[in-house]
Order: sequence, then structure tokens, then C-alpha cells
Amino acid sequence: MKKEKVHERINWPVTILLIIGTITIFFPLYMAIIIAFKKPTEMTNDIAGALSFPSSWSLENFAEAMRVTDFWHSLGNSILITVITVVLAVLIHGIAAYAIGRSMANSKGYRFVYYYIVSGMFVPFAILMMPLVKQTAQMGIANRVGVIILYLVFFMPINLLLYTGYLKNIPMALEEAANVDGAATWYTYWHVIFPMMKPMHATVAVLTALSVWNDVMTPLVIMGGTEMNTLPLAQLNFQTQFGTNYNLAFASYLLALLPILIFYIICQKQIISGVAAGAVK
Amino acid sequence: MKTKNKNNRKRTFLLITIPVVVLFFLFNTFPLIHGFIYSFTNFRGYGSFEWVGLRNYIDLFTDARVGKSYLFTIKYAVVCTIITNVLSLILALGLNSKIKAKSALRGIYFIPNVLGSLVVAYIFSFFFTYILPAIGKSLHIGFLSESILAGTGTAWLGIVIVGAWQAIAQNTIIYISGLQTVPTDVYEAGSIDGARKWKQFWKLTFPLIIPFVTTNMVLCMKNFLMVFDQIMAMTKGGPSQSTESISYLIYQNGMSGGQFGFQSANAFVFFVVIVVISVLQMRFMNKREEQL
Repeated sequence: MKKEKVHERINWPVTILLIIGTITIFFPLYMAIIIAFKKPTEMTNDIAGALSFPSSWSLENFAEAMRVTDFWHSLGNSILITVITVVLAVLIHGIAAYAIGRSMANSKGYRFVYYYIVSGMFVPFAILMMPLVKQTAQMGIANRVGVIILYLVFFMPINLLLYTGYLKNIPMALEEAANVDGAATWYTYWHVIFPMMKPMHATVAVLTALSVWNDVMTPLVIMGGTEMNTLPLAQLNFQTQFGTNYNLAFASYLLALLPILIFYIICQKQIISGVAAGAVK
Repeated sequence: MKTKNKNNRKRTFLLITIPVVVLFFLFNTFPLIHGFIYSFTNFRGYGSFEWVGLRNYIDLFTDARVGKSYLFTIKYAVVCTIITNVLSLILALGLNSKIKAKSALRGIYFIPNVLGSLVVAYIFSFFFTYILPAIGKSLHIGFLSESILAGTGTAWLGIVIVGAWQAIAQNTIIYISGLQTVPTDVYEAGSIDGARKWKQFWKLTFPLIIPFVTTNMVLCMKNFLMVFDQIMAMTKGGPSQSTESISYLIYQNGMSGGQFGFQSANAFVFFVVIVVISVLQMRFMNKREEQL
């Protein structure tokens, strides 16, 4: 907001305020880490009891939490579901957007298909939830496969919107040239268009991955009652096991947050720009 | 040769589109219609059922619990949307000004966005139940010495704080990309006129980022209206159903409470409410955009 002519000076008051403000971000995380390392006996009913450093930094709670919540299994499920959904979303939603987006200009039918799918964005999961539980059970896919299929359908509206928006900036001339050479449309897409949509693939992958990884409701209603857990779902399902042992619970919460935090630290730039690009479109 | 290629293109497009549309219909439109049909029955989720016509819809308007959940959800969504947008905009202005360690600070403020809302809500739940009352007691602040999640009048505030804490991250990023579209020469002209900073913001910056305000408002409102994870983790709708969101009520009573038919009607009304609010919001914002 502050723009001085020629050379700008660093705005120290704002910098300092912003640094102080990071307490609101770090405090809950600090609290979680401290509690996760403590023993239940170290917890007292005052602020110091909850927020002071543990007497020893032992990983005991984490090991126990891993055992109780079957951590590796939940982690495996979360990774499996997220990776497959993201890969299929990029492959299927991308080519669907190509077919629909390129045909929309001179076809009423395709325009209808486009608006039909995009308007699905307004359908809350709450309304589909109950019928879908019945439907997936009857189809025999009340499992990870069903959850992946549902994600592909739920994220289709937003991804279609993003991809077709991006495709508008890729000139038709390119593929017309390829077509004149006798290349089939299928070939043109994978060899010319698909590589050109790379920035949008990144956006779609980031948005889809974040939503899928953190989603609770879909696996809860579709796979609820089975032994299958995703990482967030495990936290919900093991609440009773944790009881009042908050140290164990927080160790488990931290384990659940850790993978996405590591992912964020590694691909911070792509994630931030992906989220920004996705929402602004 | 050319027409042959054109036909090939058309056929390929059709072969791609048909299965995609079928998939979408099967897992989105079909359950939607299915739910709509169930909303005219007294289906409990199992066993036999009868057609009850519009009775579910009539009952919805007299059901105290449903009414309460609508009041809570709308109050929550409106308050949370306002808080989130005001704070995000302030934060974005700060993060977009000439500061030290800009990208590090942006990175830190974005962290809440990537964290799972259920786990975040569990962490905050502990904070509200144990830490905040301890602080309240030591400072002798009466209403804080009890867990705010335990009071029927204050529990919703806890959910507002968690919701806003996470949503601010994304909205800030969107506002920053909005602020970056504002050309610098607008400011230079402003400073020559001697326009003051506050005025400069309202007269110059704000009108230019209105499209981003629209995006954020619609996005926020829609997400907050569907609030579920936080309720599940923090209050389970309590105390005495004061924080029962519509999604949570549908889940709770529709899935295991034997109200499949009735909650289907509720879900359908909820769907209409979401569409109407989103459309109204976009219309209102577009109008403002034109005026400015």
C-alpha cells in the first residue's frame, strides 16, 4: 500500500507488527508440540503446566500414538487415495476440459454439458451424503475405490472450470497445424496441449491434493464402520481411545499434521501460487 | 482429408465427454434426485417406508431443532465471513507493503490453510477448554474463567475463531494477488493530490480489488455455511444444540437418527439456500462493481 517514489524504504512498524502477529499462527502449534512430548503426570491445571517445556523430550507418546491409531496404515490410505485422485483428476479432468472447452464455441450441447457440470459446485455434500452411502454400498464400492470415484466427481466442476479457462489462452492454430499434418486429436492432446497446460496441472494438483488429504466427511460416511481409516478419520475414530490422555492425543494430532507440513515446506511456492490461481479464476 | 480429420476430432471429443458426463450424473445428479425423492417419504434409512407428500417440508418449518440449526449456521457464516475478510484484507495490506522477510512472513501466515481442519479444531478445543480458562482465571475475567465451549451463549464463538483462523490464510493470499494487480501509478497520482493513506485506500485501492472481495465473500460464505469438521471435533452440536450446523444435523439425524426422509427434505432446502445466497451475493457485488 505504501509506495514512495524512486526508492522505497523498509516499513519497520508494519514488519514488526507482522512478526508479532505470527504468534497467532505459532502458538497453537507450539502448544501442540509441547503437550505431545509431555507425560500425563506433567500436566497441571494452570497455564504453566500445559505450556512449559517437558522434563525430557522423549518420543514415547509418538510411538504409543502410532501403535494405538495404526498410524502407518492410515498414512498409507491417505497417500494412496490422494495420489490416485490427483493423478486421475489431472488426466481425466484435463482431457474432459479439452473436449468440452474446444467444442463449446459452436455447440449448444457442449455448452449445456459445461454449465451442467460446473453448476455442480453448488451442490453441498450434505445433500448427496445419505443417498451416496446407500448407492456405494449397493455397488460394492463402500471403500477406497468409492471414495476416489466420489472425489473425481466432486472436484470435476472446479477443475473443469480451471482447465477450460486456461485452454482459452492456448491458440487453436497450434492444434490445427498438428491436425493438418494428419495427427489424430487424441495424439494432438497428449503431445501438444497436455504439456502446454503444465501450470494449470500444478494448480489442479495442489488444490485437489489439499482438499482430499484433509477431507473428513467423505471417508467418514463412505468407509465409516470399516477398519479403513485415513489420517484425519483416524483422529476422529480414536478419540475414545485417547480418553483424557491429551499427551497421546496431541502426539497423534502432530503425526497427522506432519506429512502435510513437510510437503508444504518443500513445495511452498507451488502451493501458495496454486491456491491463489485456483481461487481467482 | 480435412473433413475426415474434423470428423475424427468430433468423434474423439464425444467419446471423451460421454463417459465423463455419465460418471458425473451417476455420482452427483443421480443421488441428488434420489435424495429429492426420499424427501417425500418417511424413510428411516432402513426397512419399509410410505409416501408422505409435502409433510416433511411443512414439518421443517415448525421443527425447533431445524430452525435453531439454520439460525446458528447463518449467524456463524455471516460473522465468520466478515471477520475473515476484514482481517485478511488488513493482513494482505501489511504483507504487500515494503517489509523485511516478505516471503517468509507470507509463508508463515499461509500455514493454517494446509492443515486439516479436524485436527486444528481438536487443538483449539484443548486451548478453549484448559488454557483460556486458566488465563481468564489468573486475569480475573469472569466470562473467560469457564470454557467458552461449555456455555450455550459462547460456544459458537469458539467455532468462529477456529473457522476464521484457517480461512484467513487463503483469503489473504487472494487479497495479495488482488493488490498486486493495482498499478503503482495510481498511487503516484494520489500522492501528488495529497490524498491521505486512508482515503487513498478507500478511493483508489478498494474499488480496484472489488472483484477479489467478491471472490472471497462468496467462497467464505459457501464454505462457512457447510461447516462440519469443527463442530464434529469441538462441540458435537452442543451444548444443548446451540452449535448444531445444518450439515451436522443432516449427518447426525439422517445417517443414524432414523430421519433419512426428513433430513433429505432438510438437505434439499439447504441446497436451495446455498444457491440463493451465492447468487444474491454475486449479483449484489457485481452491481457494486459496475457502480464504482
